[in-house]
Amino acid sequence: MTAVLEVTNIKKSFGGIHAVNGVSFDVQEGEILGLIGPNGCGKSTLFNCILGQLTPSDGEVKVDGKVVTGMRPSELNGLGVSRTFQLLQVFPKLSVRENLILAGQEHQGNMLSRLLGPSDAGLTAAADQMIGFFKLDHLAKEPAGGLSYGQQKLLDAAMAFMGGPRLVLLDEPAGGVNLTMLADLKDRLRAINQEKRATFVVIEHNMEFVMSLCTRVMVMAEGKVLAVGSPAEVRANPAVIEAYLGH
Amino acid sequence: MTAGKYLQIAFGVIVIAALIVVPMNFNRYGLFILSQWAVMTIAAMGLNLTLGYAGQVSLAQGAFVGIGAYAAAIMTSNGLPLIAALGVAIVLCFAIGWILGYPALRVQHHYLAFVTLAFSTLAFLVFRNEDWLTKGIYGISNIPRPEIFGFPTRRPLPFYYLCLGSLGIVSLAVWWLIRSPWGRAFVALRENPVRALSLGIDTRRYTLMAFAIGSALGGVAGTLYAPLTQYVDPVPFSLALSLDLLMMVIVGGSGFFFGPFLGAMIAVLLPEWLRFTQGYYLMLYAVAVILLLIYSPTGILGILDRYMAERRTKAASALRAVAKSRLETAP
Amino acid sequence: MSNLLDLLVAGLATGAIYAIVAVGFTLLWQTSQTINFAQGEFVMLPAFLMLAAMQAGAPFWLAILIGILLSMLLLGLGFKMLLVDPMLRHGVLPLAIATMALAIGIKEAVKQFWSAEASPFPSIVPTGDISILGRPVALQSIGVLALAILAVLALTTLLNRTSIGHQMQAAAQNPTVAKIIGVPVERMILFTFLINAFLVALASVLITPIYLAKFSSGEVLGQAAFIAAIVGGFNQVRGAIAGGLLIGVVDNLAAAYVSTQYRAAVPLILLIAVILLRPQGMFGRPEERTV
Repeated sequence: MTAVLEVTNIKKSFGGIHAVNGVSFDVQEGEILGLIGPNGCGKSTLFNCILGQLTPSDGEVKVDGKVVTGMRPSELNGLGVSRTFQLLQVFPKLSVRENLILAGQEHQGNMLSRLLGPSDAGLTAAADQMIGFFKLDHLAKEPAGGLSYGQQKLLDAAMAFMGGPRLVLLDEPAGGVNLTMLADLKDRLRAINQEKRATFVVIEHNMEFVMSLCTRVMVMAEGKVLAVGSPAEVRANPAVIEAYLGH
Repeated sequence: MTAGKYLQIAFGVIVIAALIVVPMNFNRYGLFILSQWAVMTIAAMGLNLTLGYAGQVSLAQGAFVGIGAYAAAIMTSNGLPLIAALGVAIVLCFAIGWILGYPALRVQHHYLAFVTLAFSTLAFLVFRNEDWLTKGIYGISNIPRPEIFGFPTRRPLPFYYLCLGSLGIVSLAVWWLIRSPWGRAFVALRENPVRALSLGIDTRRYTLMAFAIGSALGGVAGTLYAPLTQYVDPVPFSLALSLDLLMMVIVGGSGFFFGPFLGAMIAVLLPEWLRFTQGYYLMLYAVAVILLLIYSPTGILGILDRYMAERRTKAASALRAVAKSRLETAP
Repeated sequence: MSNLLDLLVAGLATGAIYAIVAVGFTLLWQTSQTINFAQGEFVMLPAFLMLAAMQAGAPFWLAILIGILLSMLLLGLGFKMLLVDPMLRHGVLPLAIATMALAIGIKEAVKQFWSAEASPFPSIVPTGDISILGRPVALQSIGVLALAILAVLALTTLLNRTSIGHQMQAAAQNPTVAKIIGVPVERMILFTFLINAFLVALASVLITPIYLAKFSSGEVLGQAAFIAAIVGGFNQVRGAIAGGLLIGVVDNLAAAYVSTQYRAAVPLILLIAVILLRPQGMFGRPEERTV
């Protein structure tokens, strides 16, 4: 069985500073890999290199055994790789439903059918199902910009799932979300992971969230992998405690 | 909500009926101005697609109108039907727009403005200098007006109906486009190209498409412009026309479906209404545009939009207040 | 090859004027994201202010002084306070469109209040030919070139050697940091507008004797300065200077050796080539892209 995501020796430097300095790891189907580490350790840069937002200086990325290094983000998304960003990235003027349809439409038909076919690309039902799944029901017609921060964060995550992705990279999904919604979010992510066999990589600072959600945790420090293991192993690792959990 | 919908539909029907009935007793000049409004609206709608929806600044829309006008002038003067010229203009403008769009992909978006500015002047030089094709500064005169299903449009009223009908067809097509997934993708790449890309939206292809389609609509407007004036020379297609069209879109309200209708109305009709001011009308127009943009950079429809949004939030907060007071007075 | 030298000198002379106008253009862009589509009209107008002053009886030197002061008042202070300041928060595009409308307004005002015909304008430098290496070269070209070089030198000295210049550059490059280290950013931005108004008035004095004073003469000039600024590098003063000189020379050589019909095409093709191959301009630095 090949890994869903295989990352080999990724390096990225900005003007002599090695933001990511030789990171390798792989993620098996159905896994939820947590990615933690202090601010500035290169997590988001690593995400951007994997997803084609940045071109890595060196190294290789494979999705389902296929080399995807240097591919454009839209092509990667076509292969079933989707993501969220650290900062909110919903389209504030579009309604919640429109946001979700937008997130799924490029996975329906082709350019021509998207021009001549129905306005919703046949996705209204799927979008409403996603709205129900993330408990945003009464907000379907609201412009996304009018939602509370936590609701927008849920919508942001929901958008990543509209295309039915195999692999989702979530960059701080829990940041700024209140406790009730956090429980909801975790619950939803777990459900999608189990029902749809979707594989996740999650960057997160909220330790409780990571340790209870993820099946495996990778710790980064100064652009390198410091430790990988089950949540319990990582929690007990003295190097990790010193570098990160210690303070 | 439904009452509002009916009101909108009724309003639309009245406007369309007025556009058909009222001009029946207009004189030749009045019909010319109205036809010109319809033609400029088509060109501005194209630019609104490029600029207002997809967020790409083009300073070449006037050149595309020129290409369409010359295609119509040359072909119909040589006995070919206008519909063939329309086809040629659309294909030509679409292709040139597509090619011009490439630099925009490589660099920051204000460079598309520079490239299109250069193209606009280059096109003008070709119109002026290639005598064998365009008859140079003397221009092409006696351009025939077409027969549509056997009806001659030589007289001003039938030709006005041709322009109005074309505007109707283009409006429907654009309306379809912007509410299709393509329209949503255009808005996405204007608002947040990085996020759009991560959602699988091929921003390059959509950017080029938006620019090429917008340019093609400029060509459509041009094929109507030639038989309208029945005379085509390079002067009207200088950079000034591109800038005028840009102003129409912004003044009307860029990114609003009806923005170009309003913008073209102001640009074409206002000078006529201000005719009594004699030479001062362009000055007044310039001052009016500046004042409008200072007050509302999103144009006239932007003012309306803001007003509606304010009313909505006021209504919503009033509802909330009522709900709250009920809660408080409840035992 | 008839008089390559004369062509070069004439090219450098017009180029130097383009450079002055282009420098003003880039200064406004750098300090306040203003793409001034009325820059050509800004050059056209002062000549008419000076003509008006002369008609009122002022001697030539006084008319120039009055023209420059009025220009700084109207096209510097007035432009900034009445148009740029209220528009700036709306973003680059609405402001650019407003300057397009301003261009129409200035053109029409001159046409209406003065004349649609071209008026002659006295030359500030001596006319006639002198002989260099046995060839006649227009004295006017050399005079214009010398004055323009002087102006550019004075400006670069101001920007690079004086405290005010350093503060202006700081305000342009990073207004937030500049504010923190105590640069009066607002005043520095005002200075750039005043400098631009001075530069366009100077360009007006230099170029109008050659091309006459006409309401529509700003169109060509504005576009040339615009192209010069982009070709040289939109965000660099020295880029704008080099771009201006280059466009001036290319324009004059193209008129002589390509064809008079397509002379205007040569700078445009240069523009497109630069955007495709080196979008930051020949002497500019790349602008940071926000991901």
